[in-house]
Formats: sequence, C-alpha cells, structure tokens
Amino acid sequence: MEHIVIIGNGISGVTAARHIRKLSDKKITIVSAETDYFFSRTALMYVYMGHMKFEHTQPYEHWFWKKNRIDLKKAYVRDIDTTSKTLHFEEGESLQYDSLIIATGSKPNKFGWPGQNLDAVMGLYHKQDLEKLEKYAPNNKICKRAVVVGGGLIGIELVEMLHSRNIPVTFLVREDSFWDIVLPKGESEMINREIRNNHIDLRLGVNLKEIKSDETGKVKSVIIAETGEEIPCDVVGLTAGVSPNIDFIKTAAIETGRGVKVDRFLETNIPNVYAIGDCAEQHDPIGQRRTIEAVWYTGRIMGETVAQTICGNKTEYKPGHWFNSAKFIDIEYQTYGWVWAQPKANESRFYWEHANGKICIHINYDTANNAFIGINTLGIRMRHEFFDRILNEKRSVDYVLEHLADANFDPEFYKLHEKAIVAKFNQENNTNIQLKKKSWKRIFQLS
Amino acid sequence: MKNIQNTGLSLFLIGLAIFISLIFLGKYELSSEVFDNFVSNKGIKSELFINDIKSKVVGKAFSNPFSFSSEIIDVLETANATHKRNEAWDKVIWDKPHSLSYEIAKSAAKGHVKEHKGLYWWLTFGLGIIGALLFIIPNVITLGPPGIKNNGIFHSKATNRGWIGWFVFIFLVSFYLLLYFRPDYIVNWTYTVDPINIALNGNLASQWFLYGFLYCTVMTVMAIRMYIKYRHNKYQVLRTTSVLFFQIVFAFLIPEILVRFEKPWYDFKNAFPLDYDFFYSWNLDELIASGGLGLFILIWGIVLTLVIVPVMVYFFGKRWYCSWVCGCGGLAETLGDPYRQLSDKTVKSWKLERWVVHSVLIFALVMTGFTLYAYFSESQYVLGINTQTIQDIYGFLIGAIFAGVIGTGFYPIFGNRVWCRFGCPLAAYLGIVQRFKSRFRITTNGGQCISCGNCSTYCEQGIDVRAYAQKGENIVRASCVGCGICSAVCPRGVLKLENGPEQGRINPKEILLGNDVDLMNLLNKK
Repeated sequence: MEHIVIIGNGISGVTAARHIRKLSDKKITIVSAETDYFFSRTALMYVYMGHMKFEHTQPYEHWFWKKNRIDLKKAYVRDIDTTSKTLHFEEGESLQYDSLIIATGSKPNKFGWPGQNLDAVMGLYHKQDLEKLEKYAPNNKICKRAVVVGGGLIGIELVEMLHSRNIPVTFLVREDSFWDIVLPKGESEMINREIRNNHIDLRLGVNLKEIKSDETGKVKSVIIAETGEEIPCDVVGLTAGVSPNIDFIKTAAIETGRGVKVDRFLETNIPNVYAIGDCAEQHDPIGQRRTIEAVWYTGRIMGETVAQTICGNKTEYKPGHWFNSAKFIDIEYQTYGWVWAQPKANESRFYWEHANGKICIHINYDTANNAFIGINTLGIRMRHEFFDRILNEKRSVDYVLEHLADANFDPEFYKLHEKAIVAKFNQENNTNIQLKKKSWKRIFQLS
Repeated sequence: MKNIQNTGLSLFLIGLAIFISLIFLGKYELSSEVFDNFVSNKGIKSELFINDIKSKVVGKAFSNPFSFSSEIIDVLETANATHKRNEAWDKVIWDKPHSLSYEIAKSAAKGHVKEHKGLYWWLTFGLGIIGALLFIIPNVITLGPPGIKNNGIFHSKATNRGWIGWFVFIFLVSFYLLLYFRPDYIVNWTYTVDPINIALNGNLASQWFLYGFLYCTVMTVMAIRMYIKYRHNKYQVLRTTSVLFFQIVFAFLIPEILVRFEKPWYDFKNAFPLDYDFFYSWNLDELIASGGLGLFILIWGIVLTLVIVPVMVYFFGKRWYCSWVCGCGGLAETLGDPYRQLSDKTVKSWKLERWVVHSVLIFALVMTGFTLYAYFSESQYVLGINTQTIQDIYGFLIGAIFAGVIGTGFYPIFGNRVWCRFGCPLAAYLGIVQRFKSRFRITTNGGQCISCGNCSTYCEQGIDVRAYAQKGENIVRASCVGCGICSAVCPRGVLKLENGPEQGRINPKEILLGNDVDLMNLLNKK
C-alpha cells in the first residue's frame, strides 16, 4: 500500500492527512517532534491566559487518529534521503515513504541580537515556548517586567498574554506605528490607541540593540538602539516575524530558498516530495500574494489542495480571494481582498471611523471603474461569503455600500453603522447611494 | 478595588455562615393548643398519633430540628404501621413524613429567629446580597475595558473544579437535599422570608416560597455580574434581562399574587412536560374548580405546549424558551455562567445525552398518558400499575434528583446545563423541532475559523462547535440553546446566531471558502 508520510502535525499537515484519508485508502503517517497530537497553534495564547486548557486546543479527540487510520509518530527528523525515500530520525530509527509532504511550519526570527539566546528570551510559536513562558513569567512577582520586541500579530498576542497576568510590558516596535507595513494609517493608529489604553508601554520607531545577561545567564535588561536606554526586565519576547522551519532539509537534495521551493502543484524538485504551509516557498508569487505565506488559512488551503494531487486529481494551488483575520486585544480585525498600507496609483480609498475610536471600515477600490478591491474592518464582523462573491462578480464599491446590510455579521441586536457609513461616502464622493434592506435571498443566493 | 472585593467576599461568607448556622439555632416546643389546632385543620383521625405526640412531644423542649423531627416521624411511622396492619385505611396519615413534620415545626419553633425575622433576613440575604455586589461591581474596573475577559478561568480554584468548586458543589447538593427531602430542618430559613410572603399574599412562607425568593435573588445578583461581564454585547444584555424578567414576574410574582386572590398557583411560562404535574388529577381538579381563570390556564397550558412552543422554535430556535424565558435556563445563565466551560465536549457524552434526554421525554409522556387515562377512567390503576407510584418515581428521580440535586448541585463540576442537556423533557421536545424544522442555525463565516476552540470550550451544552466551524459548516444541533456565547468568545468573528431560510441551513462541505473557486465548485456541488 502506498505510504504517505507527512512531517509536521500543524494545520497544513493534518488537513492534508484528513483529506487524503477521505479520498483514499493509502497508509498515512504524521511525524512530529513537538506534540503527540495536533493542536491549534493560534490558541496557545489562551492557555497561558487561562481561557482554556491545553487539551481544549486539540480539535480532535485522541481516538480520532486511530479510527481514521492516521499513524502518529513522535520523532525529530534529522535527515531526508530522497533516493532511498527514507527519513532518518534523531532517535536513530528510520521510516520509508512513497510520497512525502513537508509541513514543518515556521520558527521565530532572530536577527543576531547580542543575548538572543539567553534564558528567558523566547519566541511564541511552539508549545515549548508556552512552557518556557509559564516558567519565567508565571506572575508579576517573578516577572516584574517583560519586553516584547516586534510589532506584528504574534507580538501583540504575547503582549496581551502577559498583560492578562498583570505583568508590566514594554512593547518595542520598529515601525512608526503598529504593523503599518500591513495596516493603513487609520487602522494602525487605532491599534496604537488600543495598546496604550491597556496601559502597555508602547515604544514606536525603536530597535533592539542588545539583551543583557545577569550572572546566571538569564536576561537582565534590554538596551534600545536609538536612545541607549536600558530597560530592566525578566522576560524578553522575540516576535519579529517567522521564517520557514527547514534547517534539517538543507542537507537533502530538495531545493530550498528561504523555504522549500515548490511549483504550482506544491511539488518540490524531487518527484513525490511536496511542501505545504508556512515552510513552502513559491518560485513566483501567485497574484499579489507573497511567495511564503505564514497564515493559518493558506496552510489549510494547501493541505486541501495537495491531498487532491496525491489522490490522483492533480490540482494546481490556486487560492481564492485573499482574506485574513486577527484580534488586537479587544478589537477584532477582518480583511477581504486587498487593502494595502499605502494606496497604489490606480486605487481610491474610503475610510469611516466610529466616534468611539474602536470601530472602522476601510474600503479600497479602483479609481477608474469603481471596482471593489478590498476591505478592512476593525470592530465590525463581515460575511466572508458576501465579499468572496463581490470579488468573484467584480462588483463596484457602490454595490458593496448599497448591500452593507447583507455583509454585516455582527451578533444580533448590535448597533448597525451602515447608514452613517453610506452617508459619509455619499458626502465625500457626491454620490447618492441608497442602503438596501438586508435580504436573505441575496445573502444565501437563493433562487 | 481589591479591598472592596475582599470586604464583599467577607460579608458574603459571613452571611452564608449565618444562613447555614440558622439550621442549628432556636428551640422547638409544641403547645397542646397549637397541636389541637393542627389536628383539626388537617383532619387527622389517628388517635394513636395524636396521643403519642401529646405524650412524647407536646410540652417538651427540643433544642434542634433534628431530634424534634425524628420524634414526630417515629410517632407517625409507628401509628401508620399499626393502622395499616389493622387495615384502618382512613386513619393512615398519607402526608410525607418530613412535610408533616415541617408543618408542625413551623408553628412549634421558638426563638430569636422567629421573633426577629427582619433582622435575620438582613443577616443572611442582606449580607449575602451586599457582599456579593461589593464583590461583583468592582469588576467594571478590574476586568479592564469591555470585551471578552475570561482571564484565569482555568487557573481558578472556583471555576476549574478546584477545592472552592467542590465546596460549592457540596453546599448546593446539601441545599437541594434539605429543600426536597428535609424541609423540617430548614424551618428557620423560611422565617426570614415570612414578612415578604405575607406582604405578597398573606401566607407564611413554605420552603417553596423560600426557594422561589432565593432563586430570584440569586438570579438578580448574578445577572448584574452578566451585565458587567458582557457589557459590550447587546445580545447577552437583552437575553439576561429577559430571563430575569420572566423569572421574577412570571415564576414568582404572578403565581404568588394569584394565591392572594385564591386562585391556583400557576407559572404561565412553565410549559409541559417541564411542568410535569400539569395533568395530574389534583391540578386538573383545582383548575376546573377555579372557574374562568382555571379554565383559561388549562387551555393556555395545552396551547403553549402544542402550538406556541413549536411555532416559536420554528421561527427563532429553542433559544426563545431555553435561554430567554425558562427559569432553569435563567439560573444556568446567571448563577451558572461561571461554570459553563466545565461541560463535557466528547462524542461519548453527546451519545449519552441523546439517550438520556429522550428517555426522560418518553418517561414523562408515558407517565402523563397513564395519569390522563386514570383521570378519565377514574381508576387508580392502569395495566396493573398504580399511577401514583409512577408519578412518585418521576417526581423523585426526575423532578427532585435530576432537576434539582444534579441539575444545579453539579454546576461547579459538570457545568451549568446538566439538567437542560441531559434531563429536561421539554428541551428534548424543543430540540427535535429545532433539529428538523426550524429557521435557526449558527452560521459559520466561510473559511475564517482558526480552530482555536474558544467556542467549544465555552459551550455550556457541550457542543463541539469548533468541529463544525473548522469545516465551514453551520451548527444545527438539537441541544443548542442559543446562548450566543460561542459567537461572543470567537476571536475571529466566525459565528453568528441567525434565523434564516431553511434552504441551505445544513451545509456540509468538502473544502472551505478561500480555496480555488473552481475546485470548490467541483467538490462542494456534487
């Protein structure tokens, strides 16, 4: 029987395994050194915060794997021999495969800062990082201050985590405004305010120079490059992005760049060896996407896609319209289509913000033909299906505004802002767009 | 803030300690005058019982309710045994021993509590309420800005089955055991609420009035906690207001006021088969004897169950009842909210749930069938089974043990909806309607789920919400009471409770939104 081996039990690898099982009877083995069972990495923060126990982050009960004949192997892959189709494990054993899927995810970036490997300096990615955090920052007596370096999605999560245990946090962000390489000014500034409202010591436009050690080899303080200021602290979080976790592959015949190089079918230069998720790197970007996408959703989509190919329905990786989401402390963020931090030459923008400063929407559209390009929302939930259809049907910004009631996905009885939004657009653009009433028929595309 | 909270907690615990110690306070002395009155009011014909009580109890001082109760029950059982042996059926006293003992104790007790009812109300209820509010209200500041603040829930001894949880469990279970089976021990508690009962309808408080008043009090205080915790979420605020309103007005005030006008005690929102004794002969007789209002109640009760309930479930899902109206749901959503994360999410427990809850529904229907057959055929026995016996078994197992002792007592261990999920026959009925014929669903927002598990963790009904959301499927489950917390705790805006068209409500998918449009069309539209 054909043996499919998957390295990595994250969302990409597990999605691939589930779909291969649905489509075929092949033997499947998932290898991981991190944990025995699949867990949701995005939920690690909630374990530290006490919202959940670690077992709650596991989407499948333990019997699931046996029942679906997916073998789980806890081992660390030392080397891949692609000629004999063998994996060699650190522990000394080996495993034969017919097809191999590399889904090893990412590892936190470290940029050669002095002191980056001291005790109590950590990223937030693996389950082991959580255990380290629990050890070095269990409360604000043992950890009197923490410094988080890097203003992205993981950085703000780590800040929120530490804050939940009343640990004072200094947040060092290289950019002049939080995540402003992705978020336009309005959104980015709203998040700056949200961070500061939660009494986080947010430092914008600063870089880390060095992490200083105490006599035991544990972090004592950090030095800021621009000012030379020394900030005493007990924990340092390094959250300056992630990069593919592929060091063990570098010796194999598999072509790598920053990630494992794959073609449009997610296959590497070696036949029957595939790479998916955070660790895969496209030779050329697909549409406006980056060549490496470290996002939950793209990992899942690649898993769904590669399973088709492996099970005989050769399928190109052609992700649909871009979407993403996050939560910045108490403010939820969703995005559909593209809204760049800076508008491109052909683009116009419409921004509406609520007087409370915690809700906004930002629409990007084509100046020439009014075609809708994308939307960011903070503090309002929107329907994925709605915007996916809008993008498929290449609708205009006017159409989107007319049908905002269809798009809204906030819980029932929430205050709706559609009238105010449309009124502002009409005023700014001298238009006369009329808001349509919500229609189930349109929402669910019923005939 | 911390100091205010600690003061509040201390006051609350002092109030609780006084409340518990009341059981052991006071004296019980039955005067012959009071006893004679009691005998003639009850129409007791057993000389044996009367004489024994006179010689063994009347005029004697008992220092606690336990010895007083055991003496009366001894006498009662000896008398009844003799009468039964002699087949002197008219002399047998059919009352439940502890209920009879309660009635005697209520008039026989003496002491500080009975003489200072108001004072003791303040020392128990008063301190409890003030203490709890001082503990809860500072949350406006300590929880931080409005938003989901579940910080530390699984680190807390109270909400993660720690020793505080077990202590609460023991207290609640003991409370329900006393309430249902040893009312004669808690006579002192009822004194504290006598003045309120008298103000409402002129009667002295029974243990059931005490329970009703306590229920409303606890719900009100814990509703304030809900208002603070979910102040950013209008659905939760409205829902909490609704359950509180229906509990206080429909389950408490209206029935007590009906009694003042010598009408039957009736809770207009309590639908059969949750209201399992609605078709009992004593209730039917009482309703029929109460003229126009009685007849209205009779028809209302039937229409409520057969028409209003299922039609409303069709339009809004069972939530309109279970988490907007119902008293059991009301307590679960207020007092029980801190425990919602303790429900079991395994597939095994889901299987158990379906077996148990539907068995209870069948049990309730069969029992009612027997009851009605007996009522109309005017015979006590159906198929050789005494309907009284089957009613007693139901009342004991389901009405008292399941709904009360387990249903609420186990909040800190198995979560706040044990009764609603595993035991409530009405929930089973509504669930069948919701599953097969309803516009209600929890919509999953395309491909936005990140499988974090907040929704499943905080589902009080033990539904593995994530299992559906991560596949892009809507959640359509018989047991969902539509509390809306899954949607509230979702960090990515994936879940929305909606009443929409039935078409496409259940929507299994091969792959999720966000993948290649053509591949989705190919795989999902097979």
